Amino acid sequence: MEMLTVKNLGISFGGLRAVDSFNITIEKGELYGLIGPNGAGKTTAFNLLTGVYKPDTGVITLDGKNITGLSTIEINKAGIARTFQNIRLFRALSVLDNVKIGLHNDYKYSTLAGILRLPSYRRIEKQMNEKAMDILKVFDLDKEAHLLSANLPYGKQRKLEIARALATNPKLLLLDEPAAGMNPSETDELMKTITLIRKKYDVTILLIEHDMKLVAGICEKIFVLNFGTELANGLPGDVLNNPEVVKAYLGE
Amino acid sequence: MSFISYLIKGISLGSVYSMIALGYTMVYGIAKMLNFAHGDVIMVGGYVIFIAMSLSGLNPIVGVLLAIILCMVLGITIERVAYKPLRKASSLAVLITAIGVSYLLQNVALLIFGADTKSFSSVITVPALKLAGGALTISGETLVTIPLCLIIMIALNIFIKKSKTGRSMIAVSEDKDASVLMGINVNKTIAITFAIGSALAAVASALLFSSYPSLTSTSGAMPGIKAFVAAVFGGIGSIPGAMIGGILLGVIEILSRAYISSQLADAIVFFILILVLLVKPTGILGKIMHEKV
Amino acid sequence: MTKIKELNKSTRNNIITLGIILVFYVLCQILIAAGVMSNLMQGLLVPLCYYSILAVSLNLTVGILGELSLGHAGFMCIGAFTGAFFTRCTEDSIPNVFIRYTIAVLIGAIFAALFGGLIGVVVLRLRGDYLAIVTLAFGEIVKNIINALYIGIDEKGFHISLQDASNLKMAEGGDIIVNGAKGITGTSRDTTFTIAILLLILVYVIIVNLINSRSGRAIMAIRDNRIAAESVGIDITRFKLLAFTISAAMAGVAGVLYSHNISSLVATPKNFGYNMSIMILVFVVLGGVGNIRGSIIAAVILTLLPEYLRFLADYRMLIYAIVLIVMMIFNWNPACITWRKNHSFKDILQSVFKNKKEEAKASGKEEA
Repeated sequence: MEMLTVKNLGISFGGLRAVDSFNITIEKGELYGLIGPNGAGKTTAFNLLTGVYKPDTGVITLDGKNITGLSTIEINKAGIARTFQNIRLFRALSVLDNVKIGLHNDYKYSTLAGILRLPSYRRIEKQMNEKAMDILKVFDLDKEAHLLSANLPYGKQRKLEIARALATNPKLLLLDEPAAGMNPSETDELMKTITLIRKKYDVTILLIEHDMKLVAGICEKIFVLNFGTELANGLPGDVLNNPEVVKAYLGE
Repeated sequence: MSFISYLIKGISLGSVYSMIALGYTMVYGIAKMLNFAHGDVIMVGGYVIFIAMSLSGLNPIVGVLLAIILCMVLGITIERVAYKPLRKASSLAVLITAIGVSYLLQNVALLIFGADTKSFSSVITVPALKLAGGALTISGETLVTIPLCLIIMIALNIFIKKSKTGRSMIAVSEDKDASVLMGINVNKTIAITFAIGSALAAVASALLFSSYPSLTSTSGAMPGIKAFVAAVFGGIGSIPGAMIGGILLGVIEILSRAYISSQLADAIVFFILILVLLVKPTGILGKIMHEKV
Repeated sequence: MTKIKELNKSTRNNIITLGIILVFYVLCQILIAAGVMSNLMQGLLVPLCYYSILAVSLNLTVGILGELSLGHAGFMCIGAFTGAFFTRCTEDSIPNVFIRYTIAVLIGAIFAALFGGLIGVVVLRLRGDYLAIVTLAFGEIVKNIINALYIGIDEKGFHISLQDASNLKMAEGGDIIVNGAKGITGTSRDTTFTIAILLLILVYVIIVNLINSRSGRAIMAIRDNRIAAESVGIDITRFKLLAFTISAAMAGVAGVLYSHNISSLVATPKNFGYNMSIMILVFVVLGGVGNIRGSIIAAVILTLLPEYLRFLADYRMLIYAIVLIVMMIFNWNPACITWRKNHSFKDILQSVFKNKKEEAKASGKEEA
C-alpha cells in the first residue's frame, strides 16, 4: 500500500530550479533515505512536502489523499510531521510542554474550559500528560520532562524534536538530518530509537542524512538527489555502489 | 487654485517629515532599533536655534549651524551612552531605553526652558511668492523647504552610494558580523549614522518651527511619530522609501485637514498607513524578508 | 509524581499572587477604617488596580504571544467610553448599581475585544516593528475619533456626528452624551476599591488559567517558533487572534474601571495616547516579559513611586527617565550581566554564611 506518492514535483526560486521532476513512492511502513550533496534540494523537497513552499508543478498524495497546495497546518493534520535541520524547539517551554503542543490537535478542550478549569480541562490535561510522558520515555527524555527545552544538550534536543513530531500522530515522519552534530554513540542510540518508534508507532519514515553509517544501517531504500533531480533510487546496496552517486559525492 | 496651494503646502510639510524619517530609517537600517528619541532631537534643535536667534541675536544661518553641530554631538552621545551597551539586547529593551532617552530629553528641556510655549521666529527671510495674480501664494518657508530638502536628499543618496563611509553604512546594515570581518569599524559607522540622522533632524527643526512656530518640550514628539509612520509607510530601512513616505504623509495630512476634517486629519493619516501595510506588509519600498526553514 | 509537582508549582505561584492581592486589600481596608491612610493613597487604590489589569493584559500580547503592541491604551479607551456611555444612558432605567456595572464591564470588554480582533486580523501578516507601529497608529486613531465624536439622544433615538454638537440636529430637551473633545460628563462614579480588586483578581485568573491551558501553550508555541508551531498543526491565525482579543477585552475592563472612577471622561494624549501605551509597556518590561505577577508588582511600584516622589517636583520625571535607562542597561548589558553574576545577592549571602560556618568550624577546632 502506498503511503506517499509524489509525481513530477518541482519549484523554482527566481531562475534556479531548486527541485525538478521529483518522483518518489513510499510504501506504508517503509524507511526511506533521502541523500545528496549539499545544495541538492533535499530540505527544499521537505519544505514542498510539508507545504512551507507551494510547488510550481506536481502532485503529492498522502495515503490516497491529494495534499498538493495545502497549508503546513492542514498537511500536518493530514498526517505528515517533520523535524528541522536547524533545531526548532519551543525553547522557553519545558520538554513536556513541547510534546504536549504536539498533542494539540488530538486532545481537545475549549479555551473557555481551560479558563474556567472545567472537568474536561482536568481530564484531558491528565490524558495529555500521560501520553506525553509515554512518548518521552521512548526517547529516554522522561527524566528531563520539566527542564526547559533550551537547556537540553544538543543530542537530546534533536530527540525531543522527533518526539514532538511523533506526538502529532503522523502517518509519515520526515526527519531532516536527525544525526547532525551527534557523536558516534549518540548516533547508534538514535538508530535504535528510529527503528523502535517505527514499529511502536506504525509510522512511515523519510529521512535526510549525511551520516552514511546511519543511512546504510537502517534505510530500506535510498533516493539520491543532485541539482534538484533524481540521480538514483532503489535499494541501498545498488544505490550506494552506483558510480554516478560516488561521482556526485566525491567529484571526478 | 486652493487645491494646488494645499498640495504645495503638503509637499513642504512632507519634505520636513522626509528629513526626519531619514534619521529613523537610517538608524533602523543600521542598528535595527526604533529610535524613539529621534523626535526629541528635533525639539532640542528648535530650542538651540531659538536661543541663538532670539536671545543671543545671532544670524539665523549661524543658529542653524549651531543646532546641527549640537544635535550631532547629542545624537552621538545618546548612541554611545544609552544604545551601545545594548547592542545585543532584545529589541524590547532597546525600545524602552529609547523611550527613556526621549523622556529624559523632554524633561531636561522642561527644566531649562520651562513649560511655557516659546514663539519661534522664522529662520527664513525669503519673501512669499504670489502667482496667478495673487490667487496662489507660496510662503517663503515653502520656497526654501522644498528645494533644500530635495538637495539634501540627493546629496545624501550620493554620499551613501559613492563614499566609502556611505558604503560601509550599507554593509553594516546588511550584515554586521560580515562587515567586521571585512575590516569595517562598525562602532564608528553607527556613530556616523546617528550623527547624520541628528544633523538632518536639526535642519528639519529649523524648517518645521519656521512654518509651525510654537515650541515646547514636547514639540518634537508628534512630528517624530509622524515621521516614524512615514518611514514605515515607505518601508523602514529604505532611504528612498523614507522620502516617498514623508512626502505622501505630508500631502495626505494637509489635504485631509483642508477637505475632510481638521480634527480627524491624524486619524486619516494613521488609517491610510494601516491600509498600505495591509496591502504591502513591509511598506511601499520595503524588502520582503523570507525566513529560511 | 513529577507531574503533580509541576501542576502544584504553577498553582502555588498563582495562589501566592492571589494571597498577596487579598492581603493588600485587607490591609488597605484596615488602614482606611483606622483613618490613617492619606487621601493621596486612597485616591490611588483604584488606579493601582486598573494599571495592574492593563499590565497583566498587555503581558499576554507582549510576553505570551511575543508581539510588540504600542496601542494598548486604545483598547482601554474603547472600554472606558463604551462602558461610560452605557452607564450614562441607563442610570435611570437600571437603578441597581451591581447589575448596571456588570453590564458596563461586559460591554466595555466586548467592544474592546471586537477592536482587538479587528486589529489582530490587520496585523496577522505583519511582524515585529511593523506591528508596533500599526498598534500605535490604531491607538491614535481611537483617541482622535473619540475627540471628534458627538452622540446625543432625544425622543427620536440616537444622533451621531463627527463634526460638532450642532450637527446632531437634536430635538428640544435632547441630551448630548458624548460631546466631542469634552467627552462624557456626569457618569456616576460607581467604581469602588472592592470592585476594582475583584476585577483585578478575575482578570488575573483568566489570564493565568489561559496561559496554563492548551490554548495558552499554543500561543506560546507561536511565540517561541512560528514555523515549528505550524509544523505540528497549530492554527497560527486562530491563536494569535485569541490572544489579541482577550488582551484587548481585559484592557477594556480596565477602561470601565477608569471611566467610572472619574466624573468627566475625556480622551487626551495623557490618558489614552501612545504615552499611556508606552507606560503600560514599561510596566510589562520592568516586571519581566511573560511574568504575570511581575507585571502587577511593577505597575504598583511605578504608579506609587512618582506620586511619592512629588517632593522632587520637576525632577520627578527626569529621575524616572534616568531610572528607566539605567535599569535597561543594568538588565541587558553583557558587562552588567557578568558583573551581576559575580556579585549576585544569593552568592554574597552564601559566601557570608559559608565564612561564618568556616569560622565556627575553625573556632570549634581551636577550642578542641
